[in-house]
Amino acid sequence: MAKSHKPVVWFPFAAGGTVIAFFIPVIVVLTFMAALGHIPPGLSYEKMHAFASNGLGKLIIFGVVALSLWSSAHRLRCTFYDFGVRADTLVAIVLYVAAIAGSLLSAVYLLQI
Amino acid sequence: MSRRPLVREVPPTSWYFRHPRYLRYMSREITSIFVGAYCLLLVVGLQRLASGPTAWEGFLLGLRSADSIVFHLLALAAAVYHATTWFNATQKAMPIQIGEDFVPGNVISGAHYVVWVVLSFAILFLVGVF
Repeated sequence: MAKSHKPVVWFPFAAGGTVIAFFIPVIVVLTFMAALGHIPPGLSYEKMHAFASNGLGKLIIFGVVALSLWSSAHRLRCTFYDFGVRADTLVAIVLYVAAIAGSLLSAVYLLQI
Repeated sequence: MSRRPLVREVPPTSWYFRHPRYLRYMSREITSIFVGAYCLLLVVGLQRLASGPTAWEGFLLGLRSADSIVFHLLALAAAVYHATTWFNATQKAMPIQIGEDFVPGNVISGAHYVVWVVLSFAILFLVGVF
């Protein structure tokens, strides 16, 4: 039976695509409000810190950030190829390493809270 | 007489101008640039949150610039475009069969839209926007 590493890339990609579709638009709205000078009450340090101190909160934040990063990295890899960049292995390594580094950093920051 | 194999020349950097369908595909591809950049902003935000109240408030104040507003508008458009195209694709990606019949595609995509709207408003409510 043929073995492929593709499921390893594909599962987080599909999960990330779903997470981005459901959560990223509303999160962008929240930071957009902050950008316009109307910081929503829930984005105060106390509220955000309390949410990120909770184990479930850490898991939710990590899930959203890590899956979105991985999905974006995979989609960017396809985008580079479609725009005519043929150095796919190099592009894949750079993007996946960036996604993994971003996820690890997020985990470290969350554990510091 | 030898036949030359048919090789179609596909311009690698401009092929998507050949058909509106390809342009729509590429416009969806481009959304990943803004979503990816926004994800990096989230990682920076987590780092600021972990560094204490002053750092976090500095991060929120740092968002208040014309560049940031433009970036947020682009990221919002990209995220919403990604979401709608993703939900529209669900009926093709995971058709549901009950007995002999398939559940109509509009029902599958529609259910995703309903969940999306409810979730988004629930999060806005929890964060105290209204």
